[in-house]
Amino acid sequence: MSKILIRGAKVLGGAPQDVLIDGGTIAEVGEDLSAEGAQVVEADGKVLLPGLVDLHTHLREPGREDSETVLTGTRAAASGGYTAVFAMANTFPVADTAGVVEQVWRLGQEHGYCDVQPIGAVTVGLEGKKLAELGAMHESAAGVTVFSDDGKCVDDAVIMRRALEYVKAFGGVVAQHAQEPRLTEGAQMNEGVVSAELGLGGWPAVAEESIIARDVLLADHVGSRVHICHLSTAGSVEIVRWAKSRGIQVTAEVTPHHLLLTDELVRTYNPVYKVNPPLRTERDVLALREALADGTIDIVATDHAPHPHEDKDCEWAAAAMGMVGLETALSVVQETMVDTGLLDWAGVADRMSFKPARIGQATGHGRPVSAGEPANLTLVDTEYRGQVDPAGFASRSRNTPYQGRELPGRVTHTWLRGKATLVDGKLT
Amino acid sequence: MQRHLISAADLTRDDAVHILDTAEEMARVADRPIKKLPTLRGRTIVNLFFEDSTRTRISFEAAEKRLSADVINFSAKGSSVSKGESLKDTAQTLEAMGVDAVVIRHGASGAPYRLANSGWIDAAVINAGDGTHQHPTQALLDAFTMRRRLIGRDAGLGQDLSGKRITVVGDVLHSRVARSNVDLLHTLGAEVTLVAPPTLVPVGVDSWPCAVSYDLDSTLPKSDAVMMLRVQRERMNAAFFPTEREYSRRYGLDGDRMARLPEHAIVMHPGPMVRGMEITAEVADSDRCTAVEQVANGVSIRMAVLYLLLGGNEPAVTHSRTEEK
Repeated sequence: MSKILIRGAKVLGGAPQDVLIDGGTIAEVGEDLSAEGAQVVEADGKVLLPGLVDLHTHLREPGREDSETVLTGTRAAASGGYTAVFAMANTFPVADTAGVVEQVWRLGQEHGYCDVQPIGAVTVGLEGKKLAELGAMHESAAGVTVFSDDGKCVDDAVIMRRALEYVKAFGGVVAQHAQEPRLTEGAQMNEGVVSAELGLGGWPAVAEESIIARDVLLADHVGSRVHICHLSTAGSVEIVRWAKSRGIQVTAEVTPHHLLLTDELVRTYNPVYKVNPPLRTERDVLALREALADGTIDIVATDHAPHPHEDKDCEWAAAAMGMVGLETALSVVQETMVDTGLLDWAGVADRMSFKPARIGQATGHGRPVSAGEPANLTLVDTEYRGQVDPAGFASRSRNTPYQGRELPGRVTHTWLRGKATLVDGKLT
Repeated sequence: MQRHLISAADLTRDDAVHILDTAEEMARVADRPIKKLPTLRGRTIVNLFFEDSTRTRISFEAAEKRLSADVINFSAKGSSVSKGESLKDTAQTLEAMGVDAVVIRHGASGAPYRLANSGWIDAAVINAGDGTHQHPTQALLDAFTMRRRLIGRDAGLGQDLSGKRITVVGDVLHSRVARSNVDLLHTLGAEVTLVAPPTLVPVGVDSWPCAVSYDLDSTLPKSDAVMMLRVQRERMNAAFFPTEREYSRRYGLDGDRMARLPEHAIVMHPGPMVRGMEITAEVADSDRCTAVEQVANGVSIRMAVLYLLLGGNEPAVTHSRTEEK
């Protein structure tokens, strides 16, 4: 089957149109296109988006295949409407050499559910001491352009400065996990009213904001660009807004969970709400939504962080930090941004496909839905409402904070270069 | 009463007064030649201690034995827990042995809450101190001690602590005793003032139902009871205060400071005391210091809590009261 006609889809939420896919490419977009020789998918008013791009995913392979593999993680991605994911470097071994990033990249190619673009570690072993061979990773088959020690902050100002400078040689970008380590020793949750009551070690907003402030100034000083991972506080928004107003090359991401959930949930001591950076306050949530709407925050990235059941079925302090997110991201964005009137679907396409692809230089992704473009597409039933049931996840892990919560929207189809990876909500 | 006792904040005023009144009845048992009631005969209680705490463990054990419960002491140190067994598995193992209640002390805030609310076990859970979160039986025994001393053993029955001014001094940030006391004392109508260096007060304290002061001397004359919290010497290594001496000078209770208290006011300490740090020997050994009395009251309070959680509706000490009369 080489031709597919998607009939009556609201392209980026606009008026219904037909989209004809021929091979790996969009052949035509228009009204009343001929279905001759094509398999027809009745979109019936669903919204057609460019395939989503996640700049921040943990696929766990190599090393923690008990929680996720490239296969299960890319199946989860396809299920959530993604056609490209950027795999974070904190695997075992760490993705700090050309060998490891090529392995991850090849696994993604072999499985074919979603393009996997490895992110390289900034420093050897994520230890923050010595630059990894960034050039070698860039030159490798994986063609790494995004570098991050995510999970750990590049806290040494000199190392951060050098990394920012060094990647300019090949147009790379450093994605910073902003967490001042001394201010977050023993930190268990957002520092504030709730942590004071619960007696859990506080994770102050300033630990994130001080690093972001430093790094935008460093990026300005050396004329490089910096990307801020999972920005989570109202103060961080103000700093990024200021930096952008000064013309500093900074981009920032927010996770779906930071757009929806607050630290009040920690009162249950249920570690499914334990995440890094921690869930913040209602005020932060509202500031993040507004910043995503006005473009201060460029993109939504999932920080999909799978963990085995035993790492969450325990007391809070012993639990691992992180939440799975690939299969619920679009629903959460619809709930928090679209249904609230803050973004339209074109805006969602921008924040979840166009811009992340541009920041990560993901060739062939984040392109307009128009003739001649690669057929990376996602069809969303935006009228759907249903409860999140982790039993149905394609991910190997179930650590979702949304279990039982009703969320809007459901991805029904995903196409990766014209090949369906998801049909009627089922993986192919 | 609820099925578990996890946080002092879960108690209503009437719950708390009921526990205090029941504890007064339990206290009479201690005055009898045979300090034992048959109330919990055939019930099994495990004291599950993941942190060393001889004082609290012995206090619970004494309370359990006076109520004739079968007692299992489980110290997690040197057990399979230190070999990586999870809290869930440990608790389920104990419950499989037929435990009716788990008294748990754990270093992680929220561990008792998880144990009671995760569907891991059915037994009643009593929090004997979790991390820097709560220590509800300590707050109850402190309130019991205050009511006896400030209102009177018999006059206090049925009463709360309305209008009493309680000052809590020391490492509030790391103190489950402070959190529990603020919650319970507020419920009982007392006015609480926390006194500590600003470094040892948590961010977010402004939402607590109490006042905060950095000045001990001005607070003492307005106090009916002053509770000194233990301050660990190691805190100065993390820059919470410069030196032990400076802490003592500014926030320690010595004889001169004690003289600023009103005549009737008492000095409390949950123990263990660090003499020379937050409290001088002169104060600790004075008649106004209730530290030893608090220990005795702890047994009565824990008897009352165990009885009310496990004993059903039968009156615990009806005969003993009749006998005494």
